[in-house]
Amino acid sequence: MIFQLLLIFIMIILAIAASMFKDLVNAVVVSAAVSLIASILFYFLQAPDVAMAEAAIGAGLTTAIFIIAIRKTERYEK
Amino acid sequence: MRKIISIIVLVIIAAGFVFTFSQIPFGKDKINVAGYYIERGIKQTGAVNIVTSVVLNYRGFDTLGEVTVLFIAALGLGAVLFIERKLKEGIKDKEDKKRKASLILRTGSRILFPLILLFGAYIFIHGHLTPGGGFQGGAIIASGFLLMYLAFPRKSINKRTSNIIESVSGLVFVGIGLLGLVFSGYFLTNFLPKGVPNTLFSSGIIPIIYIAIGLKVGFELTGIIDDLLGRSR
Repeated sequence: MIFQLLLIFIMIILAIAASMFKDLVNAVVVSAAVSLIASILFYFLQAPDVAMAEAAIGAGLTTAIFIIAIRKTERYEK
Repeated sequence: MRKIISIIVLVIIAAGFVFTFSQIPFGKDKINVAGYYIERGIKQTGAVNIVTSVVLNYRGFDTLGEVTVLFIAALGLGAVLFIERKLKEGIKDKEDKKRKASLILRTGSRILFPLILLFGAYIFIHGHLTPGGGFQGGAIIASGFLLMYLAFPRKSINKRTSNIIESVSGLVFVGIGLLGLVFSGYFLTNFLPKGVPNTLFSSGIIPIIYIAIGLKVGFELTGIIDDLLGRSR
């Protein structure tokens, strides 16, 4: 229970950090970490199906797609 | 002035939400359908994984819609990027093809790629027995292809074959639904024998549809990555 609360706390901090970063690559990596923690929490809440989808799509593919998009456009937020 | 208007609009929206949610009793189980699924899911569908029995049997039509949404998204992305590529002629991508990935990435991905594919296939073939299913397995397969795309910048999947697999698996889904209409009178009815629960060949049409969805989602997401990187052609 304490472990889950700690994870939720870290997740909130990372989510706030993702919105604050000016460097978009940092923001994408941090939001991937948010997805990863969300998938761990889904597993603790006994929803392994959702956890799997979150880990594969949220933390894996979405991050890659965002990074490709950043490489094609601009890296820093104005 | 704009700030005042936006604050008024926000207050109206908040009042609407408060009014709506105060009508709903908190924490009470108003919907009895979950208990129904848990009690009779295995007997009626033969799938041990209750989530799968809901996703593909009780709510199969919604899943068809979900697959269609993903298909349309991939199609739209491909169309937008195709127009852009025609305008720009991709100067960046030609530089990209000369680059080489590091030795560790190349060697590691060569070993990991078949294992990732095997794992993805396991996830969607055993969708009715263990957690996971077509969408998860497809996403895992696509992440395996993503690894290969990162490791070997010069290579790409055969777009034609992947398109054929994608269309055929989509047609299999709809075709099985129509066969249900023919045999039992409803779209996507589980008309095949249910078999013994907890074995691979059980729960009728569910494994077939999940294999189709897994292949479709996997190649669709791979196609999205391919379009974004501008690899093939």
